[in-house]
Amino acid sequence: MKFPIYLDYSATTPVDPRVAENMCHYLTTDGIFGNPASSSHAFGWAAEDAVKQARQDVAELINADAREIVWTSGATESDNLAIKGVAHFYHKKGKHIVTVKTEHKAVLDSCRQLEREGYEVTYLDVQPNGLIDLDVFRAALRKDTILASVMHVNNETGVIQDIASIGEICRNNKIIFHVDAAQSAGKIPIDLQALKVDLMSFSAHKIYGPKGVGALYVRRKPRIRLEAQMHGGGHERGMRSGTLATHQLVGMGDAFRIAREEMGKDNERLMELRGRLWEGLKDMEEVYLNGDLEQRISGNLNISFNYVEGESLMMALKNMAVSSGSACTSASLEPSYVLRALGRDDELAHSSIRFTIGRFTTAEEIDYVIEMTREQVRRLRDLSPLWDMYKDGIDIKSIEWAAH
Amino acid sequence: MAYGEKVIDHYEHPRNVGVMDTKSSDVGTGMVGAPACGDVMRLQIQVNDVGIIEDAKFKTYGCGSAIASSSLLTEWVKGKTLEEAQEIKNTEIAEELALPPVKVHCSVLAEDAIRAAISDYQSKQEA
Ligand SMILES: Cc1ncc(COP(=O)(O)O)c(C=O)c1O
Repeated sequence: MKFPIYLDYSATTPVDPRVAENMCHYLTTDGIFGNPASSSHAFGWAAEDAVKQARQDVAELINADAREIVWTSGATESDNLAIKGVAHFYHKKGKHIVTVKTEHKAVLDSCRQLEREGYEVTYLDVQPNGLIDLDVFRAALRKDTILASVMHVNNETGVIQDIASIGEICRNNKIIFHVDAAQSAGKIPIDLQALKVDLMSFSAHKIYGPKGVGALYVRRKPRIRLEAQMHGGGHERGMRSGTLATHQLVGMGDAFRIAREEMGKDNERLMELRGRLWEGLKDMEEVYLNGDLEQRISGNLNISFNYVEGESLMMALKNMAVSSGSACTSASLEPSYVLRALGRDDELAHSSIRFTIGRFTTAEEIDYVIEMTREQVRRLRDLSPLWDMYKDGIDIKSIEWAAH
Repeated sequence: MAYGEKVIDHYEHPRNVGVMDTKSSDVGTGMVGAPACGDVMRLQIQVNDVGIIEDAKFKTYGCGSAIASSSLLTEWVKGKTLEEAQEIKNTEIAEELALPPVKVHCSVLAEDAIRAAISDYQSKQEA
């Protein structure tokens, strides 16, 4: 086993060696280094062909047309382009946007920016399992609503939203529907011929591609228009200027192609490993799963170990790379807003650990993780005054704590 | 974020972990912080007839720096008079553990904890 064990696949993944190897062929004089926009010579044509193939590979994973793919620098940029681009283009139709409290900051902060520009945004609550109540969604729509933005899979909990139903509702109400699919592409099937989704954000580095590259799907039928956020040479049909990074796009294309070919096999394995991890931990006292277990991608397990603070647990799990919903490092001391939106109280939010596994995780690693986690939770509970109180039958909520 | 050596040492080998009888007249207990904020410290001192802290125990729910701050404090207060213990400043703890700015609140909490323990002990003597 190699230490530390990587269990943070939702933060980013290693690039698949097959992808990395191929990317190297698009950089040096021996390779295809030309500018894909150089239409006057062979260097440009070769690069253009490579980009074309990559566009095709990305489109195929999601059953879209290659002409509907706009390259970006990642899902952050895609979210910004989709949300601000639509809002700015369609502002005469209305200035109301609907999104969800558990969205990624790239969506939430784009919406905040629009609020500063005079738009109105409704941030919907989710149910305790992390899923949107469709009636609540429907009720939030107004005559002047132009856009709804709902993520497909949540980055913290792995919970999968019902974007098929939400898409139907949006289409029936003539509202443009954007979906952040950074955490779902390559992990669960996406069929954009069937889904009523108008815009979808992707990132390469969440599915074994390189960092710094992504894409925005922009539907052609019915046609969705955007106001560009990046102006310049008019690349990507004017929607996103900037010289295309051939090696990055080739990497993203390869990663998406491999995902299409291996998703089924990967998921089967991950499901088994995730089950093994959960089985190994769930019989401990005061352990809570955050988010729905069924409507969840195979690689995610987000657990609160009550009476143990998440950051100290991460420190104890020093041979493992995990992340925590506790944000003691930030000056605000605010725990994860996603877990808070699930209705988890602050203590449980502070006690959460996100395990995300992936293509290179092994059963041997999972067994080590189980053993180590159990041992360290026990150790930290022995150190915890809250655990003592719990054991003495004292209700922690009955105490008047002085907030600080 | 990387942790300082001393924080790691206290975190991995916390000194004076334990519980004293809160009802005992020679014991002072200070419990500070809040679960919702992500840290709770319980610091206890046992004081002899001449006002010297003979023993100290703690338990802490919180990050590594919070655990280290309280562990260090229990070491420091042992053998000190109540007046001396009262003088300990959070900045001394932060300096000794080389806490980064975002973790200074952990040392503040430790200072609050010893003050609360001393005041609990003193109120018992007055009663
Ligand atoms: C749901 C979601 N959206 C957007 C992003 C941002 O993606 P990128 O790193 O490609 O900008 C991430 C990754 O952090 C994510 O998980």
